[in-house]
Amino acid sequence: MSLDTLPRAARSNHRRSRPPGRRWRSRFDVKAMPYALVSPYFLLFAAFGLFPLAFTLYYSLYDYDLAGTTEWAGLGNYTALLGDEDFWRAVINTVGIFVLATVPQMLLALFLANALNKRFKFRLAIRMSVLLPLVTSVVAVAVVFTQLFARDWGLVNWILSWFGIDAFNWRAERIPSWIAIATMVDWRWTGYNAIIFLAGMQTIPRDLYEAAAIDGASRRRQFWQITLPMLRPTLIFVVLNSTIGGLTLFSEPTTFYNGNVDGGSQGQFQTVAMFIVKQGFREFDYGYAAAAAWLLFLLILIGAAINFLFVRRIGGTK
Amino acid sequence: MTNWSPTVFTRVMLALAVLLSAFPLYWMLVIASRTNADAVSVPPPFLPGGNLGDNIIAVLNNEDAKFLLGLTNSFIVAATVTVSVVIISTLAGFSFANLQFKGRNALLVLVLLTMAVPLQQMGVVPLYRLMVSLEWTGTLKAVILPYLLNGFGVFLMTQYTRQAVPMELVEAARVDGAATLRIWWNVVLPAVRPGMAVLGINTFMLMWNDFMWPLIVLTPDNPTVQIAITSLNARFSTNYTLIFAGTALSIIPLVAVFIAFGRQIVGGLMEGAVKA
Repeated sequence: MSLDTLPRAARSNHRRSRPPGRRWRSRFDVKAMPYALVSPYFLLFAAFGLFPLAFTLYYSLYDYDLAGTTEWAGLGNYTALLGDEDFWRAVINTVGIFVLATVPQMLLALFLANALNKRFKFRLAIRMSVLLPLVTSVVAVAVVFTQLFARDWGLVNWILSWFGIDAFNWRAERIPSWIAIATMVDWRWTGYNAIIFLAGMQTIPRDLYEAAAIDGASRRRQFWQITLPMLRPTLIFVVLNSTIGGLTLFSEPTTFYNGNVDGGSQGQFQTVAMFIVKQGFREFDYGYAAAAAWLLFLLILIGAAINFLFVRRIGGTK
Repeated sequence: MTNWSPTVFTRVMLALAVLLSAFPLYWMLVIASRTNADAVSVPPPFLPGGNLGDNIIAVLNNEDAKFLLGLTNSFIVAATVTVSVVIISTLAGFSFANLQFKGRNALLVLVLLTMAVPLQQMGVVPLYRLMVSLEWTGTLKAVILPYLLNGFGVFLMTQYTRQAVPMELVEAARVDGAATLRIWWNVVLPAVRPGMAVLGINTFMLMWNDFMWPLIVLTPDNPTVQIAITSLNARFSTNYTLIFAGTALSIIPLVAVFIAFGRQIVGGLMEGAVKA
């Protein structure tokens, strides 16, 4: 993301010629109005952004119990979380599902975008249809996929049975449940990311490809050596977006277990977001949930930093 | 230009992408229009049956799910948030793009930073406690308020306004003696309408889909549509036709919006992506 600065138009000194009675009002208009116009956003930010962030920190330093008593805990919630197996399992589940979903998704989206960038009939219709998953409601789709991955009557197991593979109990085991959830995520977001990549690809000057073709570079080589490096800014945007979305994953795994935030009988697909909801709103341990929220934020920062460094290297300086 | 015509491989890939994108939705319709006995048969049915109407009526009449209320609530929530976010973002976008004031760049960077923080996940505990102390839990107010904050909207409208409204136009209006709000109304608003449409559609879809926060702050008695589906799913987990009819109902408004504005959505997404 770049913040290109505005061309600062020279300010005309027309105000000097104004009648003196209107001067004060127009001065107010010029000086204060810009702030007034941005103030609704910043007031909301104070109320629903800054306040919750600060109070999350405050809550995380206290112990709450069901009886309603509150006790200072210092960093107790944080140290307890770091020693909590359930929390670590949620972290591993979240990262596992994220990796399982994001790696194939990025590759598929890149290739799909490359395909969408060619000339063909029904362009708009095809672009719209790859975006279709995004406009469907996420819970509805998770319900459909849960049925597709059902053990007994699910379509996926039925198809696997053609190849002599025994029925998976997708929801009961850890990795299969991750695969099922990653599939839901990818179905929803691959087309969207492909459209974003496509937008980035269309800003790449065509003469680069023409020159490469004259030099005898194959299409594959053009993709890896021109398209990918030129796409880096878009790639960073998409990867950071996916990182935030993926590490806060909640709807799909929750719906996969019929709206329950336990994430399976052994918590095998409970994500950190689900862990927070469970601690905060099923067991009413607000302090613990708040501390987990800060650790989730930390996890997102780490994830974003790693991905940023990784993407910056793609096709970069050799 | 041979480079730009698709190979067979590309065509196959595109066909597959379209097919896979559409299949779960088609499947939803197949099951929603069948009977429960069909839904659990092996091999499963692949063509729609004739019970769609009956199943939808069954969902709407289901006392436990409160599906109609859920649809209405979701509509109220999504529409309110959309209108507010679009107005707030358009005003702020105009100010950031076309007006000059001290601290403008710093404030704009602050907006960008707020975009990077997953506030709805980070702040759930205090937000919930706030709603409890205001006695707003279980009401739509509790769902709507936290989402009026939308950094993406401000960012998008700032970018859009920069490109759609030349500074000269604003300066010229000022020379003519127009006050700032008058300039916004007469000069800026007409020019940024396409950007507003993209932001509006985007916000509406996000709100319609919102799940975690309503699940925390609402009860099944007064659900949004996503909560209504979840209740259906939890209580009638093997009644696939009922649940699928519900899911089909829940996506109809979105698909309708998408078909009506598909060209703008695709165009807006692509424009927004390049400028971001």
